[in-house]
Amino acid sequence: MSDTATDRAVNRSQMMVSDEVAIQITNMNKWYGTFHVLRDINLTVYRGERIVICGPSGSGKSTLIRCINRLEEHQAGQIIVDGTELSSDLKNIDKIRSEVGMCFQHFNLFPHLTILENCTLAPIWVRKTPKKEAEETAMHFLEKVKIPEQANKYPGQLSGGQQQRVAIARSLCMKPRIMLFDEPTSALDPEMIKEVLDTMIELAEEGMTMLCVTHEMGFAQAVANRVIFMDQGQIVEQNEPREFFNNPQSDRTKLFLSQILGH
Amino acid sequence: MAEAASHTTSYVRDKMLPQAEPPTLQKGAIKWMRDNLFSGWLNSILTIVSIYVIWAVVSDLFPWFANSIWRADSLTQCREIRNATVGADAPAACFAVIVDRWQQLLFGFYPREFYWRPILSLVVMLTALMPVLFPRLPRAALLWSVSAPFVIFFLLWGGSVWFPLAAALGFVIGAVAWRLVSAASGALLGVLAAIILPIIYWLYFAAPLADGLAGSVPLGLEAVPSKQFGGFMLSVVIGISGIVLSLPLGILLALGRQSPLFIINKLSVGFIEIIRGVPLIVWLFTASLLLNYFLPPGTNFDLMLRVIIMVTLFASAYIAEVVRGGLAALPKGQYEAADALGLDYWKSMRLIILPQALKIAIPGIVNTFIGLFKDTTLVVFIGLLDPIGLTNAIRASTDWNGIYWELFLFIALMFFVFCFSMGRYSLYLEKKLRREHR
Repeated sequence: MSDTATDRAVNRSQMMVSDEVAIQITNMNKWYGTFHVLRDINLTVYRGERIVICGPSGSGKSTLIRCINRLEEHQAGQIIVDGTELSSDLKNIDKIRSEVGMCFQHFNLFPHLTILENCTLAPIWVRKTPKKEAEETAMHFLEKVKIPEQANKYPGQLSGGQQQRVAIARSLCMKPRIMLFDEPTSALDPEMIKEVLDTMIELAEEGMTMLCVTHEMGFAQAVANRVIFMDQGQIVEQNEPREFFNNPQSDRTKLFLSQILGH
Repeated sequence: MAEAASHTTSYVRDKMLPQAEPPTLQKGAIKWMRDNLFSGWLNSILTIVSIYVIWAVVSDLFPWFANSIWRADSLTQCREIRNATVGADAPAACFAVIVDRWQQLLFGFYPREFYWRPILSLVVMLTALMPVLFPRLPRAALLWSVSAPFVIFFLLWGGSVWFPLAAALGFVIGAVAWRLVSAASGALLGVLAAIILPIIYWLYFAAPLADGLAGSVPLGLEAVPSKQFGGFMLSVVIGISGIVLSLPLGILLALGRQSPLFIINKLSVGFIEIIRGVPLIVWLFTASLLLNYFLPPGTNFDLMLRVIIMVTLFASAYIAEVVRGGLAALPKGQYEAADALGLDYWKSMRLIILPQALKIAIPGIVNTFIGLFKDTTLVVFIGLLDPIGLTNAIRASTDWNGIYWELFLFIALMFFVFCFSMGRYSLYLEKKLRREHR
């Protein structure tokens, strides 16, 4: 990594983080049956933070961010998102889900709807936005992810990178305060990864609170203000990116970094 | 060869070749036949054998059709005409029976002077189906589709116009209750109110209301009892009612079977397995004989209505399983994406999951519908006069005693037209929805 890039990363890591708490996770535990997937997770995310979560497969990183919008249920501890506690109360869950955007590894666009309809569906049916207004918002965000000309196509007609950008636009149409990314580039061809990462970097620069599970260490160095390393369902190490990559503390982290940066 | 050889080293073409015809044996009908009929010795033998079989069948049947007799008053007369024209040994169909009795095959013993009523009902039904089948038509036309069942009921059974109107009011009450209650206190209470309020209304208020109105403003058609219904009309009424009612019920059962809620899940599974595990004919006997024991004494529950209910329940169990297949075929990500956007259960089902699952299930659903429609002929065993039952009635007259094939052929043709159109519609729908290729 060049010096200027490092400086940029440091500058970025300081910017726009406020004292306001966006997500507060306290002593959270989760089991799949009797298998203890997440153990004593404590994490405070401030508004405007860009957090990258990495770790070996099966370490519970996807499960962690899927707990934040209750795609997975936690069995012990507390998760407070935007001041609302996640419990079995369905109203709270729907409220939090409409405030928290999520992008999936396999995009999960709705194949029976056009790009535009994908983007306007939730605003119209959840937010009760008038159709015309929802379409204007959708076009605004499709322009932002640079594919307004695809608005009337179906997802199956787009490339993987384009589909993921639509998925990001679809989440943004709900005007979320927090964005979750679950390995957004893992299913993409190498030449399409960049276009998605560029979109995400742009989003980060605008001050969106982001939690991102990814193996893109370049992205972590460029935009994250904090990198979290997980293993065996626990947070093993967290630090600001430069320290994390240059001076990892735990042996587990060192091994992981040597494996993914080694070639 | 010289030119080919020259390709190996530096080569420039000085003359472009004109387009040429393929060799005679490699084009047109000859090529097609060589590819599709005589591509090898085994296929050639099979082709020749098939041609012989087709010839044998057609040459046997053709004279029967060609010599057919369309004008006669009885089978005996038919035979006399045949003996006079083509000889006693020649085969000859006697379609005169269709000419003589087609009204009965279509309408049963429905009063002749009221034939316009089922015919008008058919027109109503077809126009009401159009907006449902072809989404391109204006959505307001669906209001007509929704009210059509009551119009058809009134036309077919007649009686006071207030009775179907009072029944329809129950659905309006349900819809209004759902709107108001679900807006005020959540979807679940809304659904409960939409089910319970209309039932209370139907049980205690609908009949007095209809009677009262009929007393003060007597409007209506002459009543025709279910006993007089018959023929193809009976099949269509039972079949279409079953189709229209079993689809929503089947979808609900499929969703129930997927539900994590223990009681709803087990009730759905139990219902589906029990209904599916017993032959339809048993359910029809239950409807005609046993149901009376369970109903409060004195209730006279129309047999045809009972049959429609049984056929609906039976088909809905099958539909539920077909739809479940569609639901299972959807990737989990679709459910998660809908959840992550904040859509509640019913919205995500209605907007995301069911449109895709039903699309996958179309061939199976239509298959079930075709089966249901043909199964309506089973009602002959509980004494309803469906087309098959009417053939017995027609043969019972001395004029047509002993005639079989012509009647069955006519019935087969009527069923084929209906079932074939359903199959074609299913293909059209699949093609239309194929745009979203994944």
